Amino acid sequence: MKGLGELERSIMDILWAQQAPATAREVGKHIADRDLAPTTVMTVLDRLTRKGFLHRTRDGRAWRYQPAASRDAYIAELMLEALDLTGDRSAALTRFAKAVSGDEADILRKALTELEEE
Amino acid sequence: MTAAALGALALVCAVGAWRFTTARWTYRAPRTAILLWQAVGITWGLATTGALLAYALQPYERGVLGGLGAFAASAATGGYGPRDAYDLPHILAFIAGVSLLAVLITVTAAAAVQTIRARRRHRALLALISRDDPEVPGVRVVDHPGAAAYCLPGLRSQVVISAGALRLLSPDELAAVLAHESAHVRERHDLVLLPFSALRRVLPWSAVVRDTQAMVELLIEMAADDRARRFCSPRRLATALLRFGTAEPVPTPHGALGAIGGSHTGVMLRVQRLVTPGPALPRRIRALALTLAVSLAVSAPLLWLLPH
Repeated sequence: MKGLGELERSIMDILWAQQAPATAREVGKHIADRDLAPTTVMTVLDRLTRKGFLHRTRDGRAWRYQPAASRDAYIAELMLEALDLTGDRSAALTRFAKAVSGDEADILRKALTELEEE
Repeated sequence: MTAAALGALALVCAVGAWRFTTARWTYRAPRTAILLWQAVGITWGLATTGALLAYALQPYERGVLGGLGAFAASAATGGYGPRDAYDLPHILAFIAGVSLLAVLITVTAAAAVQTIRARRRHRALLALISRDDPEVPGVRVVDHPGAAAYCLPGLRSQVVISAGALRLLSPDELAAVLAHESAHVRERHDLVLLPFSALRRVLPWSAVVRDTQAMVELLIEMAADDRARRFCSPRRLATALLRFGTAEPVPTPHGALGAIGGSHTGVMLRVQRLVTPGPALPRRIRALALTLAVSLAVSAPLLWLLPH
């Protein structure tokens, strides 16, 4: 059996690929690991909902799940924080170097060419 | 007496910090400089609050810490104590000292809590969308064309790199960048930065505090460069820095602040000391700086404990 983290990942991937909100049963059908107990899928869906990554709506006796945001939106969120473009430094990451623009970038570009020529 | 000594110490720290933000020897010994910065920071906080409290508690003639105890005891037993402890200047100094101390402590704690929350969210997102790459074992890769390489600090720190950065760098440069990021992981540089970022929240308008934080950030990068150059080619680290500095800015989604941070000077300074390292700082001067750091860090607590 896969680790919980990996299972969360594959379930998010399945739901991102779906066009419409899906039930736990439908999600289960897409999982490669056939031996997985349906309750495990339910547990993971529940965990992801509590973490705020999924929204769920009632459909008869079952819940239908859908991602709270697209994969690209999450990637953008990570990158904004990674590049310190969010305005605050809440996560206080240590970044390798920041990009600069305009004349500032020209100075660096010139230095790069010089270093590469030597 | 204690109040005057603590006041003088606070002033020395403030003026020292202001002079220190423009010092250039620090680039030649970033680790020593970071230690000195930490000593100046903590001493400034303890000396400023201590000076106010020492003055306020003078009538008890027990020093700062003893005076606080005496004040608490007299307050608990109905306020009997030296009469002049309750005149206006002493009361005002007491309120100012206690409030400043409380603000410094709560803002630092709040900053720590907020940082931990933001990192938890970041970590959870990473777990969902990053992938492994056989080319860079142990590193999380995020599929985005922008150039980013960073360390997400924590008990299990993670080094993260973007697909754009992988494309941008040669294999040697990639090794250099990863060596730099592992240095951050190893030396927990995020913990060094935390109190300085917190102080910036307490005094957002202060130019000295802003310059101090920027300087400590730069020194930390230099310290990581120094550690990385032991394991990789400094020249490749320099070209990697320049490639990152000139990378195409990321298209920012609507609503996010799109200001590309900073200037080229930080990157250029790091490149210069990688390509043409200056002579190491003489041992004598390093020892002097360390002695200064230690005596500063010891003096403020001693003055707090002093009974008069």
